[in-house]
Amino acid sequence: MNKIVSKKTLSRRSFIQASAAVGGGLMLGFHMPDALAATISPKSSSTSTAVGTEINAWLVIDKDNTVTMRIPHTEMGQGGLTSVTMLIAEELNVDWSKIKTEWADANRHLRNNKEYKVMSTHGSQLVRLQHPHLMGAGASARERLKQAAAEAWGIDRSQITAKLGTLTAGNRTATYGEFAEAAAKVKLDKEPEISIDPTKWWLLGKPTQRLDIPNKVNGSAQYAIDTKVPGMVYAAVKASPVPWGTLKSHNFDAIKSRPGVIAAIPLKAVAGKRGQPDLQDAIAVVADSYYRAKTALDLLPVEWDFGEAAKDNSAAYYAAGHKLMEQKGQVSGKEEPKAAETIAASSKVVTASYQRPFETHARMEPINATVWVQDDRIDVWSPTQDQSAAITLVADQTGMDPKNVYAHTMFLGGGFGGNGGGGTGVTRQAAEISKQLKKPVKVIWSREEDLAQDKQRPLAVAKLTASIGDDGLPTALFTRAAWFSQDAMNQIGGATSDYGIYNIPYKVPYRQHERHNAKTHIPSSTHRAPGANQMGFMAEVFVDEMAIAGGWDPLEWRLKMTEGLDDFQLVFKTLKEKAGFRTDLPKGEGMGIAMVESHGTIAACCATVTVSRRGRLNIEKILVVLDAGRVINPHAATEQCEGSVCWELSHAWTGGLELEGGRFVNTNFDSYNLLRIDQNPHVETIFASSGGDKFGGLGEPAGPPAPPAVANAIFYATGKRIRSTPFRQHDLSWT
Amino acid sequence: MKFTLNINGESQQVDVEPETPLLWVLRDDVGLTGTKFGCGIARCGACTIHVDGQAMKSCQLQASAAVGKKITTIEGLSKDSSHPVQQAWVEVGVPQCGYCQSGQIMSASALLAKRKNPTDAEIEAAMADNLCRCGTYQRIMQAIRLASSKIQQA
Ligand code: FES
Ligand code: FES
Repeated sequence: MNKIVSKKTLSRRSFIQASAAVGGGLMLGFHMPDALAATISPKSSSTSTAVGTEINAWLVIDKDNTVTMRIPHTEMGQGGLTSVTMLIAEELNVDWSKIKTEWADANRHLRNNKEYKVMSTHGSQLVRLQHPHLMGAGASARERLKQAAAEAWGIDRSQITAKLGTLTAGNRTATYGEFAEAAAKVKLDKEPEISIDPTKWWLLGKPTQRLDIPNKVNGSAQYAIDTKVPGMVYAAVKASPVPWGTLKSHNFDAIKSRPGVIAAIPLKAVAGKRGQPDLQDAIAVVADSYYRAKTALDLLPVEWDFGEAAKDNSAAYYAAGHKLMEQKGQVSGKEEPKAAETIAASSKVVTASYQRPFETHARMEPINATVWVQDDRIDVWSPTQDQSAAITLVADQTGMDPKNVYAHTMFLGGGFGGNGGGGTGVTRQAAEISKQLKKPVKVIWSREEDLAQDKQRPLAVAKLTASIGDDGLPTALFTRAAWFSQDAMNQIGGATSDYGIYNIPYKVPYRQHERHNAKTHIPSSTHRAPGANQMGFMAEVFVDEMAIAGGWDPLEWRLKMTEGLDDFQLVFKTLKEKAGFRTDLPKGEGMGIAMVESHGTIAACCATVTVSRRGRLNIEKILVVLDAGRVINPHAATEQCEGSVCWELSHAWTGGLELEGGRFVNTNFDSYNLLRIDQNPHVETIFASSGGDKFGGLGEPAGPPAPPAVANAIFYATGKRIRSTPFRQHDLSWT
Repeated sequence: MKFTLNINGESQQVDVEPETPLLWVLRDDVGLTGTKFGCGIARCGACTIHVDGQAMKSCQLQASAAVGKKITTIEGLSKDSSHPVQQAWVEVGVPQCGYCQSGQIMSASALLAKRKNPTDAEIEAAMADNLCRCGTYQRIMQAIRLASSKIQQA
């Protein structure tokens, strides 16, 4: 059998027991998922190495009471692996130290008609939407174990308790392992209810150490980019620097004799696939090492036809966008003619225009994929948030029956809504090259290629207008917004081009919200907290402008305008209590407030900044208050909030992609600057749960309110109103 | 060209163009994939290793220039994740996606080898080349302070 076993993975095939002492009152958890993908046989149809009896698709229980959980979601740093394990373990009621995990088999999911329900991981949905069936899998297994014991002991199931891997009735006890085989045959009349009452939870809600940490401090965690397959060759690729340009010619003879070079393969755009992970015109150089492929590609003479898009630039998009603000757009929600009428008749009107540039995911793991096309099966190792999509995509590119495509789950070096690179054309490229060369191929995009060809967050503009009444509060609000997305996409993920504006909770008597979708050749996709990430800024800076124009304190204004909305009131009241927000700090110091609701979570920030006379910005602190309902792992949730804040400040402060001649002038981390450690503010996270059954998402919502909170703080520090990002482009000096 | 490198205490013979960045030799020829590629231009720190104890960016170091030097990668920092920096990283729970963390840990351990008790400003200066897109900086600061106290107690 042709086993794919790299020399490094051999020693780690058994699950690693972490021995490090963990402080901070964390739950210790501790069988690591190995890099199964790297040890899997390409000839087998299952990736499972679990030992024992399969109770259901998620669970295998061994005689020695070891439980293997199959994780159908990806771990991209959001703690998904640990969350899934906790959700199942809560209901199964099993000793955390007895748990092993492995990645669920995406091919099985496909063959068995979506057996794992959902295998994609996005939109902060994992806990929010998948908890019922994950907890259900644990609950069902527990009840079947109890039923098996009840039948053997001749008693009723209700007399048995299941706790930490042990079944008990009176003085009889047995381990789950002893009844695993019998339980696998049990059919329940009715599936049990899951427990969503946090007061009854024994595991959920406790700060729990993430299972993947130990593998991530010693270099052993396997990412797609680390894949090694026997006989594998490497490809470096370059698509048209102006996206959707066409390849005119290339001269392979010029590089043919370089060491290790195998081929130059032109890749043709697949027509009609622009909304999907698409293949664009590109040239690939294949060699026996990545470095040889990359250096040869850099020397390859290539000619492109850039077409009309080569005329496009950011300034022209902004100008076109602001023009659209004067035209009627698609109405979000209901038409309310009284909004414009009230504004027209008012003696006090506030209006402001905003704009924000394209941004890119820039996951630390550059976009890559390894694909091995054989006659009867295809194997894919890609950093994707959606294994099912990877299968469909490769099947489409090669003409293979999807049932014969095997997508191996790997750790992702960041996802952030960009599908870890799985949403780009890289997997198609690798599939196409492997198909042509009949060899396994690893394609890696250089960072320059990644910034140029990734699917970007749309450039956006907005104009907001409000009339202010005698009490200083708005009497009407009229907004228009637009984004520039590939082929004027109407929606990106769940978001429209005014998501973050039309859904603000503030009780303005008359509101009308309109949106436009403008077209660009730049490929677009979701980006952590889509919509809210760009538009939340526009809405929440304008809120401060309205409040101040009406003579209101911005925090009191928000409290007033959400009266009667208990969850918003709780968040703002908590913020008021904890933040010490004030507007009377000496010049050069400022505090700012903002709140954006997204993914079912309300997140409010208070930013504290200092700005030197010469205009040097220092973001000292961001306090985040969130109502996310149930928080299943406060430890991971806090981390996600810290990360989301840093993520959004990277864009709003230091980032910003600039389009010139149809391509981005930012090419690498020297010209697309991410926040560095010395710029990162101290982030404090507070959960203020208003109760109810809500499981809000936490992977994204803390980010969007951070930039407007900082902009609002800058106003108090300097008197300068910031209506565009990145902040670095603004002169913040004051006298 | 064939030459021998001393990596994590072992001699490794490689056969590559002498100018090949050490990063790619480690990853593709030697099979040590803990050292990561992030930018290739010395701006992200994902490829940080130790050369004779100094933190260096392996994407900028020609492999042949490392002959005769002691190369340490994340895999060789300790046998069992017992280096105080690794322990502190686990205790604080620093990594999110983890991709940048080999580089972060190598930069931090080189700093602490020189300065057992660095100031916050010294930590920031030593770590400023290491990007983390997941935004784990706050925990990195915390973990370095913890590692520093572990080292001083030892
Ligand atoms: S890969 Fe070497 S510094 Fe980025
Ligand atoms: S942990 Fe993901 S880039 Fe640092």
